[in-house]
Amino acid sequence: MNAAWVILGLLTLAGAVCAMSLRNLVHCLLCLMASFLGLAGLYLALSATFVALTQVLVYLGAVSILIVFAILLTRGGATLGSGLTGTMSWTAGIGTALLVLGGLAGVVIWGPIAPTDAASDPTVRAIGERLMTAYVLPLEAMALLLTGALIGAVILAMPDREAAATRPEVREPPMANAGKPSVPGKDERGGEA
Amino acid sequence: MTPLHTALLVAAALFAIGLAGALTRRNAIVVLMGIELMLSAANLNFIAFWRYGPDPARLDGVLFAVFAIGVAAAEAAVGLALVIAVHRRLRTTQVDEVNQLRG
Repeated sequence: MNAAWVILGLLTLAGAVCAMSLRNLVHCLLCLMASFLGLAGLYLALSATFVALTQVLVYLGAVSILIVFAILLTRGGATLGSGLTGTMSWTAGIGTALLVLGGLAGVVIWGPIAPTDAASDPTVRAIGERLMTAYVLPLEAMALLLTGALIGAVILAMPDREAAATRPEVREPPMANAGKPSVPGKDERGGEA
Repeated sequence: MTPLHTALLVAAALFAIGLAGALTRRNAIVVLMGIELMLSAANLNFIAFWRYGPDPARLDGVLFAVFAIGVAAAEAAVGLALVIAVHRRLRTTQVDEVNQLRG
């Protein structure tokens, strides 16, 4: 275990703790990105270069921007109320997480894990060959899944025309506010809190 | 402690942090972030076991991690679209205020 492991592990875990505990959603997202960056570094330390770059592209590039849009579209950055569920469920949630951590760490420390160090530095060519031979069926399934998820996400996020026709007051406020975000944003915030 | 144990312990801690966030936070977007953290912890396990496993030349762990990242991206897209749809209808993203089915 060398210095790189310590730094990257600390960056990953500290980013994750901040992402789960800060109040402001935008700060949460920034910490989450730091955590994902540390994780990509850990992949590099484990000589999985391709996965590290995929992680940076998909998580830091795509998923983060998706979360930014979700936060801004739901005005989540403005609501600063108590971010937690009640005290009872907070205790139960933290207790469950500690229990899971204890179980996993116990298995790792006392379990029969014997690493074999067969040095491997896979090239992208080797990964591509595996992907096109043994893993071609999962690859096609993944293509179908991504297409389905894309269409599903668009349909889910599309404005509901029936609801807009029957209950116009539900759809009106965001449309009226769309052009002038600064002043109406304030009373919208007050209404939500 | 070998690097494999370190990676597995980091992954266990990451999973527990994500689980704690998903269970205790009220905002649906933060709950989704916690789920992403748990999926990432599983990916770290795949990579660690691939690197220190018996046959790294077969690249199974790497490919499984890449597929898991793809599935996580699809899950994030659908999950965030659901959050936006719920916010449009109910004007809230707090998970405990979405209780229309409570008996």
